[in-house]
Amino acid sequence: MWGTMRQRVSYLALSRTRPVVYASRSYASGPKQMTVREALNTAIDEEMSADPKVFLMGEEVGEYQGAYKISKGLLDKYGPGRVIDTPITEAGFAGIGVGAAYHGLKPIIEFMTFNFSLQAIDHIINSAAKSNYMSAGQISVPIVFRGPNGAAAGVGAQHSQCFAAWYGACPGLKVLVPYSSEDARGLLKAAIRDPDPVVFLENELLYGQSFPVSEEALDSSFSLPIGKAKIEREGKDVTIVTYARMVDYSLQAAEILAKEGISAEVINLRSIRPLDRSAINASVRKTSRLVTVEEGFPQHGVGAEICMSVIEESFDFLDAPVERIAGADIPMPYAANLERMALPQIDDIIRAAKRTCYRSAPKAAAA
Amino acid sequence: MASSFLSSGIIQPLPLRSPDKPQTLFDHLKTTSTFLGSTSKLRSVSLSKPNLPNPHRRSTVVAVSDVLKEKKTKSAASSSQLLITREEGLELYEDMVLGRAFEDMCAQMYYRGKMFGFVHLYNGQEAVSTGFIKLLKKEDCVVSTYRDHVHALSKGVPARAVMSELFGKATGCCRGQGGSMHMFSKEHNVLGGFAFIGEGIPVATGAAFTSKYKREVLKEDCDEVTLAFFGDGTCNNGQFFECLNMAALWKLPIVFVVENNLWAIGMSHLRATSDPEIWKKGPAFGMPGFHVDGMDVLKVREVAKEAIQRARRGEGPTLVECETYRFRGHSLADPDELRDPAEKAHYAARDPITALKKYIFDNKLASEAELKAIEKKIDEVVEESVEFADASPPPPRSQLLENVFADPKGFGIGPDGSYRCEDPKFTEGTAHV
Repeated sequence: MWGTMRQRVSYLALSRTRPVVYASRSYASGPKQMTVREALNTAIDEEMSADPKVFLMGEEVGEYQGAYKISKGLLDKYGPGRVIDTPITEAGFAGIGVGAAYHGLKPIIEFMTFNFSLQAIDHIINSAAKSNYMSAGQISVPIVFRGPNGAAAGVGAQHSQCFAAWYGACPGLKVLVPYSSEDARGLLKAAIRDPDPVVFLENELLYGQSFPVSEEALDSSFSLPIGKAKIEREGKDVTIVTYARMVDYSLQAAEILAKEGISAEVINLRSIRPLDRSAINASVRKTSRLVTVEEGFPQHGVGAEICMSVIEESFDFLDAPVERIAGADIPMPYAANLERMALPQIDDIIRAAKRTCYRSAPKAAAA
Repeated sequence: MASSFLSSGIIQPLPLRSPDKPQTLFDHLKTTSTFLGSTSKLRSVSLSKPNLPNPHRRSTVVAVSDVLKEKKTKSAASSSQLLITREEGLELYEDMVLGRAFEDMCAQMYYRGKMFGFVHLYNGQEAVSTGFIKLLKKEDCVVSTYRDHVHALSKGVPARAVMSELFGKATGCCRGQGGSMHMFSKEHNVLGGFAFIGEGIPVATGAAFTSKYKREVLKEDCDEVTLAFFGDGTCNNGQFFECLNMAALWKLPIVFVVENNLWAIGMSHLRATSDPEIWKKGPAFGMPGFHVDGMDVLKVREVAKEAIQRARRGEGPTLVECETYRFRGHSLADPDELRDPAEKAHYAARDPITALKKYIFDNKLASEAELKAIEKKIDEVVEESVEFADASPPPPRSQLLENVFADPKGFGIGPDGSYRCEDPKFTEGTAHV
């Protein structure tokens, strides 16, 4: 039974050239639907049950059942020794998590949003990411920092930043960006078991969304490999590389483009660091055109790194300049229409894809 | 003994200043300006009172521990009650001499170009390190700041490993990848060496948390204690207060040791702190706060014993402020111009090594020859460590990209080359929910 399960996990999760299309969520490859919230909850539950050294610490994770109800039911199940409500001290409890990880435990530190992680960024970077290197391998830090990242709906500038590029720049960290429930489950389990610090960037707007999950994903030993992207939709004309919530927009854009005769390949990165350069480059060599889509700020963003990676490795294969779609270069406004303009929309992706295919389209949307 | 500590609630601190000492100087400064624009103002003020080189510091400091007060009243003639045995005395002496000799050698090597970057020396503060760390077991943890060579040495990291690390050689305790400010040793439970002040305090609190977790959740027999060492400047940092709160809240087995040497690079503690008496910040969070003369290793050891026992018994954290002084500048690159020479002389006269030597002689615990033999032995150890470091190779080029991740390629790929998540052992023990 284990043998077949292994085969099936590798078949689904690792293979990049399977012709099965996971394009739209209306296809269910398995009968079960699961929200991202449930996926995360069950992942943490199973990992805590399997290893007594795993514990969860953060603001409101216990009695409040989680600020976004991700840790619902965990306090009752595991007790206050393992699901710890903290005072409002990000620097303090992130550091406590790092110290516990130094000394043999496996903490999951929840930030209410990753914007608050800025108060603790000293510990994420300086005492977690760099320690294995500074101690020459003596002290590894098996910690997971998780929480919602990126824009939500109308929460304003200080609650809407995407930190994928900032954490992705730092050696010593692994940065994961799940999209679907299967991603969330598999990547979080892999992250908790991983001996290195992992920054796990979720998205608040995806928490309530349902996705189909396969039987394998429901098994408690399921996990996904870190550093491997997933081809969500196969195509041959243009490659769209994206992550987190923008995968949804890209898939919708790909549907619309298909009707206009452009076959787009959508890659869900799943992991910002390590970045799956080989998947991206293989795809670009096939299609010769690239569009990167992200929610974060454009300067020094994930798209910039992907573009450079493609130039370094596949320049001769490019038929058109790389198009980079990112959030607007402004702090996130509050007004709903301005917020919409500050984030990439499906139209932007479609126009960018058309530009790479030399079907002219204006650069800016009409206001 | 346990009754003198309140496990919850706030301890009323004993008054420290003798009532007849006037507070005029402090008030004078307050009325002229709330911002002490420069340290020279403090210096000119202090020079006008020649009998008290630094009027804000008591010239004879009493350890405030209730237990010591009890001891003093109980013993009829305190001189007849020895605080240490002969073996302990020699151990303490050897450790302090090692710290001093090592740091002096570091200075020499730095000026000869063998060592580079930021090097912060511990001369003068040895009593704090020795007084605390020599009471620990191997499993107990020590977390320090960038002034960490002597903490590592006291905890048991061999001198040659520390010296090689400082030279940047592959045989150093961190294979040359850490440096002066990042001494890590898993074997001796030295959890760093942090360049950011205040960064080590939450990490130490986390190690203490682990100890409590092991005891309460994993039901192991664990009474490990963690010591966090940091300076006076750190006591104004937010993380310090966050951790005092959480450590007291969760009764973590940790001792917060403040090495108050009055100076944060060139910023005097008095110019930076609204209430310079750091020990008072402990009771504000519900833990006992003690002030001790950090130039006297025996006094430090007494207070340390109490604090560490308290933590081992599960009664929670303690804040210990050690009044001490660094004889050299902040780092080897610091010209050290702002400190008053009279102040330096005052503390040089209270050198902890000389004080312990005097105690040993006065109480006839050892002879001059024995102490000289120890000094000679330490000199040889330090010389040998320099030779070892010199002879060691620098790290090979292949080492550059190693150790970034604990898993070798960072892709979740195990040592056998395949994805860890495919390995049945990776998912061993997964329970069914």
